[in-house]
Amino acid sequence: MRYVEFEKIAGTIESLCIAACYELPDDVLAALAEAAQSESNPSAAGILNRLIENARLANDRKIPLCQDTGLAVVFVEQGAEVAVKPPAGREHATLHDAINAGVASGYEKGYLRKSVVIDPLNARKNTGSNTPAIIHQTIVPGEKLKLTVMAKGGGCENKSQFRMFKPTAEKEEIIAWVVEVVRAAGADACPPFVVGVGIGGDFELSCLLSKKALLRNLSEKSSDEFYARLETDLLLRINALGLGPQGLGGDTTALAVMVETAPCHIASLPVAVNIECHSHRHKTAII
Amino acid sequence: MGNMKNLKPPLSDSVVRSLKAGDEVLVSGAIYSARDMAHKRLCELIDAGRELPLPLEGAVIYFVGPTPARPGQVIGAAGPTTSSRMDAFSPRLIASGLKAMIGKGYRGKELREALKEYGAVHLATIGGAGALLSKHIVAAEVIAYEELGAEAIRKLQVVDFPAIVAYDSFGNSVYDE
Repeated sequence: MRYVEFEKIAGTIESLCIAACYELPDDVLAALAEAAQSESNPSAAGILNRLIENARLANDRKIPLCQDTGLAVVFVEQGAEVAVKPPAGREHATLHDAINAGVASGYEKGYLRKSVVIDPLNARKNTGSNTPAIIHQTIVPGEKLKLTVMAKGGGCENKSQFRMFKPTAEKEEIIAWVVEVVRAAGADACPPFVVGVGIGGDFELSCLLSKKALLRNLSEKSSDEFYARLETDLLLRINALGLGPQGLGGDTTALAVMVETAPCHIASLPVAVNIECHSHRHKTAII
Repeated sequence: MGNMKNLKPPLSDSVVRSLKAGDEVLVSGAIYSARDMAHKRLCELIDAGRELPLPLEGAVIYFVGPTPARPGQVIGAAGPTTSSRMDAFSPRLIASGLKAMIGKGYRGKELREALKEYGAVHLATIGGAGALLSKHIVAAEVIAYEELGAEAIRKLQVVDFPAIVAYDSFGNSVYDE
């Protein structure tokens, strides 16, 4: 068994939170630049160029890309042969404690907005640390720890939807619904979007898949031919909406659509759509 | 898109009535930040007939909850939040003198009726461009509800803050809804 120090994990998460909120990933910048080039609507191209300018300013002047620095959603792939070495005097500290310590220090040191309330309904008091993080952990072979921080804004998350289809549903029904979810997200959720679609599993797994789908490089299609075509069809249909950047019209309503799937029950066909804004912020490190 | 216009709050009726959906505007002067919780509290004060912590007559409210300012900076990232969450509250503020709001996204029917009835506009600026927009804010001061942190009401001095008239005072919208 390999042991990684608690502080090493917390420090890595801290750096990832800060980097995510200041540095727009290269694939997102490339997608914005390509869209600005191909836009037939000059105003839409102008908005896309201002988003690229925003990313440059964020990096150069150390201002976060967006004031909504999000919930910290942390994806962990933990090797079966790696464990946390707790700090002295805290022998029960877990991996989740290390992640939350890193999120708290990252949001403080990075001058990021703390957007988490301790109770969703009763008084909604801000925790003041942007914790707890949302943590999704899987166990994989090996002795590495792969950590991904996604800073997920509230405006786009609010427009994400789930629907249980009949198992006999046709592909077209699902396409029509996904396009409708994107249309309904509209100007409120900061288009152009990255659209994550989770199909299969059960109620909660489809939702998780729709978010995990967002982690793929935007230039990569699904490795499955059927779903790669579905992604292409969905992107064409979504961009045909004409919603455009900021919902003010244009060819660029989404930068990419990414579908992830899982086996499911014979009675079920769960589908989830996770709407992500153009400020698609995520960073990964492997320890 | 229409013509570029300069807006200097407090805004008069005649200025507001001259604005058409699709006009591009540059706002310069004092505006106020407020989002969900601040709106709820302002409406409670209005309902109770009590004094407000900001002068609403001709005022412009910006729906923003900025990131903390670094030492030496005026403010952090400061882009707009989703406007429709304020739909339940904005009409009461408009009835009390508010003339313009800045946010992102759609507004509801009741809000649009209030824009027509009282003569007010809703402006949209670029969602997700918090770094770019912060350059147009040259001073910021918390004037109420400091305990709300990012959601506190701030008096912001802005220079050439860019926006577009999304909903004018005649019932027109820039969006194809």
